[in-house]
Amino acid sequence: MVETGHYLVLSSIVFTIGVIGVLTRRNVIIILMSIELMLNSVNLNLIAFSDHLQDVSGQVFAVFVITVAAAEAAVGLGIIIALFSNKETVNVDEIDLMKG
Amino acid sequence: MELILFYILAAILVVFSILTVTAHSPVRSAVYLISALLVMAGLFFLLEAEFLGAVQVLVYVGGIMVLFLFVIMLVNVREVENQPRANRQWRTAVVLGVVLSCELLFFVVQGASIFSTEGLESHLIVDGQTLNTESVGNLLFSKYLLPFEIASVLLLVAMVGAVVLTVKER
Repeated sequence: MVETGHYLVLSSIVFTIGVIGVLTRRNVIIILMSIELMLNSVNLNLIAFSDHLQDVSGQVFAVFVITVAAAEAAVGLGIIIALFSNKETVNVDEIDLMKG
Repeated sequence: MELILFYILAAILVVFSILTVTAHSPVRSAVYLISALLVMAGLFFLLEAEFLGAVQVLVYVGGIMVLFLFVIMLVNVREVENQPRANRQWRTAVVLGVVLSCELLFFVVQGASIFSTEGLESHLIVDGQTLNTESVGNLLFSKYLLPFEIASVLLLVAMVGAVVLTVKER
């Protein structure tokens, strides 16, 4: 039997990797993928607690998180395509339309 | 046995996560992320959440990641490969990430004693009788019916939004 703390440590490690990916990379697509990684580590947390408390509510919340992740990916990728057709780049430091 | 399996899966997951954020080409990054998500599905199965493990494989790997790969193919990959992968603020970002991980680990270690099951009423025990999918479905269509409907509206809005964003104006 694996303790819940193990899952919490693993999910915090994966979450931190995702945060570092979001903050350091230039490519918008990879930043979006890092966000997916962070959302997934949250799912792992929810399911670990659902197992710990023997309550299925945590898994229902994970279903909602997956729904939101799907919606976010669809809109984010739509924005990337619109951006690429306007600016010919997917690097965040070259996209400074609102800098004034 | 279960613990050994957990450690193997955890090690693979961490390695693939690191590869996802460090890979040069977006295509490789996507493939590493797919592997990481599959390993995550294995962890869900280990936690006896079969429904979510299956949903993870079907929705994430089969849906979202295929969408990502489509978009990576649509935007020009060749151009992206020969450029620096990190932006100017990467040193600060790494320091902040290390601080965040220390903070998270500190609270997990500190809070380990709080997470006891004493005195908690577990109102939906996953016993041998009801299957995982069945109990998730029961809860989703009774107690969480309104959030479920709101989630469906959210998906509709996201779909319309994606179409509006990408359609060419004449």
